Amino acid sequence: MDFIMEKEMITTDILIIGAGPTGLFAVFEAGLLKLKCHIIDALAQPGGQCTELYPKKPIYDIPGFPEVLAGDLVTNLMKQIEPFQPGFTLGERAETIEKLEDGSFIVTTSKGTKHHAKIVAIAGGLGSFEPRKPAIDGLEKYEDKGLAYMIKDPEVYRDKKVVIAGGGDSALDWSIFLADVASEVTLVHRREEFRGALDSVEKVEELVQADKIRLITPAEILDVNGNGKVETVLLQHNDEAKRMEVIECDAFIPLFGLAPKLGPIGDWGLEIEKNAIKVDNTLDYQTNIPGIYAIGDVNTYPGKLKLILCGFHEATLMCQSAYQRIFPDKRYVMKYTTVGGIDGFDGSRKEAEKSIVKKIGNKQNV
Amino acid sequence: MSDIKITIIDREGKRHEVDAPTDMNMNLMEVCKAYELPVQAVCGGMAMCATCQCYIISDHDLGERNDDEQAMLWEASFVKDNSRLGCQVPITEDLEGLVVELAPEE
Ligand SMILES: Cc1cc2nc3c(=O)[nH]c(=O)nc-3n(C[C@H](O)[C@H](O)[C@H](O)COP(=O)(O)OP(=O)(O)OC[C@H]3O[C@@H](n4cnc5c(N)ncnc54)[C@H](O)[C@@H]3O)c2cc1C
Ligand code: FES
Repeated sequence: MDFIMEKEMITTDILIIGAGPTGLFAVFEAGLLKLKCHIIDALAQPGGQCTELYPKKPIYDIPGFPEVLAGDLVTNLMKQIEPFQPGFTLGERAETIEKLEDGSFIVTTSKGTKHHAKIVAIAGGLGSFEPRKPAIDGLEKYEDKGLAYMIKDPEVYRDKKVVIAGGGDSALDWSIFLADVASEVTLVHRREEFRGALDSVEKVEELVQADKIRLITPAEILDVNGNGKVETVLLQHNDEAKRMEVIECDAFIPLFGLAPKLGPIGDWGLEIEKNAIKVDNTLDYQTNIPGIYAIGDVNTYPGKLKLILCGFHEATLMCQSAYQRIFPDKRYVMKYTTVGGIDGFDGSRKEAEKSIVKKIGNKQNV
Repeated sequence: MSDIKITIIDREGKRHEVDAPTDMNMNLMEVCKAYELPVQAVCGGMAMCATCQCYIISDHDLGERNDDEQAMLWEASFVKDNSRLGCQVPITEDLEGLVVELAPEE
């Protein structure tokens, strides 16, 4: 039998689909209500658009932050939610959902991981980021067998021969990183020009001079070969002679960027309008299926704005409603964090310093 | 306030003649979105996604592609000589009568 069937089921209160800023902040608001969260994301790292599309660019409209780099915002959010110990299933796409008799849900990912939760909060942004794949016939059979479109664990490439293709930030940054890990890094790009942060471009230049990276431009990978796994790639130099070259390698990593697709969530029976999920914005951002909420860029309602601060607000109201759904008989009033402090699930506690009550004596006249 | 008329041909071949303001610091991608034409603009106008790619049909001179635009168009699909990224085309009075066609989605 498939080993996937034997995998243990992950159980949580709120299952969040999407680790963008909205999904991350939902963990914090849920944590204040003592609800546990688990997050699924198709990407290898949390942060959604902020980390995937513009980590090194500034954002100017986060309340209270005159300027913050998108990557730093995500780092801060991760730090903020740490006490609430969210679980993560990364690099897997949420594929199917099943509603059980008791009103809870089972969500299964592309890799067969099952998650059982009372509440599902879809914070899927523009959709799950799917890699742009090079047009090479029969490429699928090498997927996860030396061929990868994103890097989850760089250690996999320790002492291996790696060929990276692409001309953007991720191709540059991973070439730099793997230069110290892999035994051989070859960077291939269709053009001679790269587009990325200046320091990345300069660093690659340095590593090429130091023979730590072999740079081949302009060139293209035309084919992948091997017996059950990647063993060689066929490269064509884009010079006059159109010279062909076979490169021996253990891994081929085309990094041509990622394009978001709403994907399987579109078939979950949710009301969809213009590629987004319709929700009740007068109350709690619930979808047409009770128990499933949609927050952040992925939802739509009259006047919707796709902004991070709007996602934060939606996440907050969603958690209140989720709490009521899980504990219909419990009364609850919102408490300010300044007043109530924060009790992490890890036993940590943060609280405001207490003021003291003490008499101040009058000036003594001698 | 000055508006110009531009024509946008959608992916079904339908022509939309729209008014575009020249004094609102808008670009062609934003004009498409303002009229709810099917332009995703995933990257929000940073020349990073090419979902705003269009073909310039009329013979307006839009000048050279900028570096970012050029680099993105090297990577995008369905690129032709008259391809431009809508988000990199500012709306100016010179574009009166412009005709563009949306490129296919990837
Ligand atoms: C270039 C750029 C600049 C921007 N500047 C600003 C700004 O200045 N201010 C501002 O407020 N906003 C800005 N935004 C918008 C902002 O980034 C988004 O509003 C925000 O990222 C939305 O957060 P989110 O968590 O809702 O979704 P996202 O950040 O899109 O995250 C969604 C996540 O869900 C995952 N996902 C989706 N479906 C699935 C599935 N089926 N299975 C697994 N995972 C899935 C995706 O992989 C993704 O990681 C900008 C966006 C861009 C592109
Ligand atoms: S909107 Fe993304 S490239 Fe123009």
